[in-house]
Amino acid sequence: MLAIFVGFYVITKVPPLLHTPLMSGSNALSGITIVGALVSAGTQHSTLTTWLAFAAVVFATINVVGGFLVTHRMLEKFKKRN
Amino acid sequence: MTLSPSYVNLAYLVASVLFIVCLMRLSHPRTAVSGNLLGSLGMLIAIVVTILVVKPDRAGLAIIAGGLVVGAAIGATLALKVHMTAMPQMVALLNGFGGLASVLVAGAALHEITDLAGMGAQLSISIIASGLIGGVTFWGSLVAFDKLQGFWLPEKPILFKGQQPLNVVLAGIVLAIAVWMVVNPGDSYATYWAIVAVASILGFLLTIPIGGADMPVAIALLNSYSGLAGAATGFVLNNNILIIAGSLVGASGIILTTIMCKAMNRSLMNVLLGKIGEVGTGPSADSIYAGKIKSTTGEEVAMLLDSARRVVIVPGYGLAVSQAQHAVRDLTTLLEQRGITVEFAIHPVAGRMPGHMNILLAEVNIDYDKLKEMDEINPSFEQTDVAIVIGANDVVNPLARTDPQSPIAGMPILDVDKARTVIVVKRSLSPGFAGIPNPLFALDNTLMYFADAKKALLEMIAAVKAA
Repeated sequence: MLAIFVGFYVITKVPPLLHTPLMSGSNALSGITIVGALVSAGTQHSTLTTWLAFAAVVFATINVVGGFLVTHRMLEKFKKRN
Repeated sequence: MTLSPSYVNLAYLVASVLFIVCLMRLSHPRTAVSGNLLGSLGMLIAIVVTILVVKPDRAGLAIIAGGLVVGAAIGATLALKVHMTAMPQMVALLNGFGGLASVLVAGAALHEITDLAGMGAQLSISIIASGLIGGVTFWGSLVAFDKLQGFWLPEKPILFKGQQPLNVVLAGIVLAIAVWMVVNPGDSYATYWAIVAVASILGFLLTIPIGGADMPVAIALLNSYSGLAGAATGFVLNNNILIIAGSLVGASGIILTTIMCKAMNRSLMNVLLGKIGEVGTGPSADSIYAGKIKSTTGEEVAMLLDSARRVVIVPGYGLAVSQAQHAVRDLTTLLEQRGITVEFAIHPVAGRMPGHMNILLAEVNIDYDKLKEMDEINPSFEQTDVAIVIGANDVVNPLARTDPQSPIAGMPILDVDKARTVIVVKRSLSPGFAGIPNPLFALDNTLMYFADAKKALLEMIAAVKAA
């Protein structure tokens, strides 16, 4: 609940200028499911769960790495010149 | 190395705080870069701590390392290769992967439970929520991606008879299976994947009626779903950092969705059901345009610009399609060298995702101080000598102000018609997404420049240089 409140409070301050980086950045944050994926991958309960977890690690990592990197690329372009 | 639970919680807390700081710093261009880096630092902490806690054996470590390397390679390739004009697709795709990861993690967690019959209702519901929201997010995002990329689904809304009843029936089926799973947890392996399957169909069907110009709403909403799916997975695993980060993203997406809907003066339901354009009333295109359209050339525009002191450029999706952002920058620089003030008027839903135009113009080094929001720039159109509309249509249609019967009635628009001269760069008089004619094109002070955005801009630049 607190997170939702903080979320609302923080996001309403983001100007339209930065809406795209906000989305890709928060996208990277939603890759936090990687934590759950890592737990399952490390436990290797059964072949099935291991494969599910492996796939989850892959997709969550794409989310994390892709999200942060592409956000960085965009934000670099917003830097003040001169 | 063994970590005591309190250290683990502390590390997760630090990561959560970093996530919040990340979002806070994303609110200003000057602090945004460091904010993003802090966010990734938080993620790194969360990942490292988790691996230390799990203490995987060799095989486990190999699987984790393999997953990380493969994912990082794909993610980095996508992020570094993607063209700025393809950013809406990229964001859609990443949303989808987030949803899929939640489906997989919840699935793995479910199959790790040996005593299915003893599973509590709370756990059941969390797992169901992950699978349901995750499935809808994944397939919804794939459809959005496909529509934006133009692979095989058309950009326009796909509507068919009985679409809404079908969706309602599917939602009912999902709900029924979910209730079954809670009541009979012993069958959860099968019921969970059944829920994911129906959720996937639902995600597909819910997104196909959303048209191109409504994509900003769809993408923002899917963004929110991907966060909510993550939060649900957090409840499955009883892991606070997932709940916190997921809720942050969920809240952020909902706010963006609301902002986008407001910018179109439409309800979320109206957008989601693909309802625009159903009201086919109002004057016909012929009666509005007949004999009143004046077309122009680069030379004439150059003459107008020669005596102008203030120019406002209104970019729309047509600018992105024709990849004309570099040409726009060149024209801007050229005009500024002649002492003309140039500003950009950005409508909140211009383009295919929130902030789309800003990204395009930032890519070509146009200073963000020149990118003005609608409320800020609207009062200044009366003091504007030349407004150049490039590939935008509905967001500059005065019918939104004047015709209460119009499908876009009440939508906040950019008041370009108040500028002394308006130049509209457009390939033809074809209507925009709303499917209605635009009286702006027929105004006395409007000149139509019938050409592709890039071609038109290059001709203008050449003419200004020659003048």
